[in-house]
Amino acid sequence: MTEKLVIIGAGMASGRVIEHLLETAPDAYDITLFNAEPRGNYNRIMLSPVLSGDKTYAEIITHSDDWYAANGVHTRFGQKITRIDRAAKTVTSEAGEVLAYDKLLFATGSNPFIIPLPGHDLEGVIAYRDLEDTHRMMEMQAGNKVVVIGGGLLGLEAAAGMAARGADVTVVHIMGHLMERQLDEAAGYLLKKSLEEKGITVRLSANSKEIAGADGKVRALVLDDGTELPCDLLVMAVGIRPNTALAAEAGLAVGKGIHVDDQMLTSDADVLAVGECVEHDGAIFGLVAPLYDQAKVAAQTLLGQDAAFRQKSLSTKLKVTGCDLFSAGDFTAGDTREDIVFRDPARGVYKRLVLEGDRLVGAVMYGDTSDGNWFFGLIKDGTDVSEMRDTLIFGPAYQGGAAADPLSAVAALPRDAEICGCNGICKGTIVDAIEGGATDLPALKATTKASASCGTCTGLVEQLLEVKLGEDYAAPQAQPICACTDHTHEDVRRLIKAKALKSQPAVWQELGWKTPNGCHVCRPAVNFYLLADWPVEYQDDPQSRFVNERKHANIQKDGTFSVVPRMWGGLTNPRELRAIADAAEKYDAKTVKVTGGQRIDLLGIKGTDLPAIWADLNKAGLVSGHAYSKGLRTVKTCVGTDHCRFGTQDSTGLGVKLEQALWGSWTPHKVKLAVSGCPRNCAEATCKDVGIVCVDSGYQIGVGGAAGMDLKETQRLADVATEEEAMEMTVAFVQLYREHAKYLDRPYKWLAKVGLEWVRARIVDNAAERHALVERFELSQSIYRKDPWAEHAKDKAETYQPLADLTLEAAE
Amino acid sequence: MSWIDIGTLDDIPLRGARVVKTPLGCVALFRPAEDEVYALSDRCPHKGGPLSDGIVHGKQVTCPLHNWVFSLETGAAQGADQGQVATYSVRIEGGRLLMDATELGKRDAA
Repeated sequence: MTEKLVIIGAGMASGRVIEHLLETAPDAYDITLFNAEPRGNYNRIMLSPVLSGDKTYAEIITHSDDWYAANGVHTRFGQKITRIDRAAKTVTSEAGEVLAYDKLLFATGSNPFIIPLPGHDLEGVIAYRDLEDTHRMMEMQAGNKVVVIGGGLLGLEAAAGMAARGADVTVVHIMGHLMERQLDEAAGYLLKKSLEEKGITVRLSANSKEIAGADGKVRALVLDDGTELPCDLLVMAVGIRPNTALAAEAGLAVGKGIHVDDQMLTSDADVLAVGECVEHDGAIFGLVAPLYDQAKVAAQTLLGQDAAFRQKSLSTKLKVTGCDLFSAGDFTAGDTREDIVFRDPARGVYKRLVLEGDRLVGAVMYGDTSDGNWFFGLIKDGTDVSEMRDTLIFGPAYQGGAAADPLSAVAALPRDAEICGCNGICKGTIVDAIEGGATDLPALKATTKASASCGTCTGLVEQLLEVKLGEDYAAPQAQPICACTDHTHEDVRRLIKAKALKSQPAVWQELGWKTPNGCHVCRPAVNFYLLADWPVEYQDDPQSRFVNERKHANIQKDGTFSVVPRMWGGLTNPRELRAIADAAEKYDAKTVKVTGGQRIDLLGIKGTDLPAIWADLNKAGLVSGHAYSKGLRTVKTCVGTDHCRFGTQDSTGLGVKLEQALWGSWTPHKVKLAVSGCPRNCAEATCKDVGIVCVDSGYQIGVGGAAGMDLKETQRLADVATEEEAMEMTVAFVQLYREHAKYLDRPYKWLAKVGLEWVRARIVDNAAERHALVERFELSQSIYRKDPWAEHAKDKAETYQPLADLTLEAAE
Repeated sequence: MSWIDIGTLDDIPLRGARVVKTPLGCVALFRPAEDEVYALSDRCPHKGGPLSDGIVHGKQVTCPLHNWVFSLETGAAQGADQGQVATYSVRIEGGRLLMDATELGKRDAA
């Protein structure tokens, strides 16, 4: 006999339940369908194509009014259920209608989560959930500004849809890369790049603080760094919350969602639930595939058949034209997993497979997703892939394929990309010369001057020869940075500039890194190159630094640290010395030593005490001496004209000024300076990276000295008459070294490669270039010339402590 | 098994580490990717270096003292070096980090 089924919510899941019931047993149930929205079931995941104009609402309706009528489904659209009486088995609608049921099905879906920021209730702040929201967004056009909070699937589809309509769209995302639940950093980087090409602004790691309004209407989003993003419409797409209110009122078991078992039954055997409102085995659901599986199981349960819902691997595709991405399975958490990474920078392709034993468990792809479903099949079926493991990543059609081509990054450069920075030679000029018969490096140098100056672009020029001449050109073997890449340090530096790469994922992807995120050798180098070339755009990454530069202290063999406060030009005073003595006692310094750089080293300080000792030293005006950094260490001085009867200039004063100008800057390797007040050279200036010797007529500036693994005497860069000129020459030299040297080359090693004449031509002979170097150094220093100790003691002290201490007995 | 809450996932920076003091000595928690955490003894078997101060790359960490590289998954030294670091269980639940008190030698953790 026919039983009564009442369904609350007309969405994609309940629509599927009705279809299954009608197909299998059309007479089993008399169905009444309630829906709070004043319409029936439409394909909600196609709202994005409606927004972008690729489809109309009429095209995405799954069940029309006629369909419901023809199939005998009673509809109550625009009507909410206000009460459920499970004992009497009745529901009451807001119109006061009381209906009896034999079986009740919850399909109440989810509510968009609205971040309770101040101003979230202003007019013009919306979620992206239903047709009304979509219509609001469709009103946006050229001249309108929109902010979308949330860089997930839905947020990006909303952003792309409005951008396609001409609106000026900014996406604000709290995480470090887009779609972090589906994509890894490399794919997230490519996606960001594609969206930016569509004119969308993407702000990552951005925290929203409040929504500013005017006359009750949204005016701008304010970030916690104070940035204001003006907008006419603000869309929040930050996630969903299962809609459980009615179920909870009815006394059903509810957690994050309505609890259901494998048969989709709630805690009441006559009440089922499907879709985004349910919680099954701890999980909630936002994608359509599992909802359809649930719908089928619910229909079978309603018909008394045996069926069980099982959670499966999921795949995702983003419905944005031109952003070809695919993600499936589980590519993050878990033990004993291995990655296979493939990058083709020329085509902007990234693929990553995650294997567990002999099975593929996850896949992320960007740029070329044609094999996505094949990989998804392997994941779902748990296929043993050990036989095809070596060639798996090339897909089903290309078993036995070749390895990625290290030349592709150079091949992909546009003709106007600058290869030789010294002489301003672009790729096109070099290619034309090769085609014109310059088929080796000396010939190219002679015809184009490319790589004829400092020589750091030699590797790239040789690669161009290889690209153009193929096997006819036998390149000398150059050492790559490490096993993560085929490129040399010099190539990476040049390509970072030529391709304007401004993040580590950009470097890894565009230059074809073979590992997911580098290693301890290449990461510090790439981090330095990026911050040296893009001081404003690039954010220094502490996790890519050796511990000394991350914790701003020198690690010792027992894991303790040494602390060396800065003494400007080697000068100190009783107040500083007292503070140092107090700190040495308070923090139990094992050894107190005077260094060769004219300051005091406190050794044996515990890592957990660092923020506290810094705070104490800061109070006496002492700041970090950067005794641990690839950066400016010390400026050693003699007492000069203040006291010495031989002094010719104020060497101490110049030393202090130089140290104040240069401190905090990061360099390829450590940099030590000295200023001696006369040629007796008490400050030992002639074995420093930059050593200035004062004479009666002015200042002799020497560069490229060292007294370490190698002993090198400085070479004379220039003689100048004034202190200002000495400062300018020194700063320009340090900046030139920052911009061109290989990571971990001291200046003398770099000078041996580029030659002193090349440096002189830029710094001494060319005032315009010297001034430009000083200007670029100052720009970088506007960010980096500050005391890291003060910053860490104030904002990061907590991170120096253990996360938890389980050796203490619980207090209760 | 007795799981105790030791902090949140976001307390550990991406590709960074934090230390938990336990009766068995310091244990380092590494976060090589957004949703991944591994727990290993914080002591390099070579010269006792603090692995939590190393650079995390892929699913490995490099000891800051002499550049020995260890697998975060197995605790085994990589490449030519021979050595093994103890590994411990850690779970992520709703953004919280849980460790097994029994395994860490702490009784009665409730």
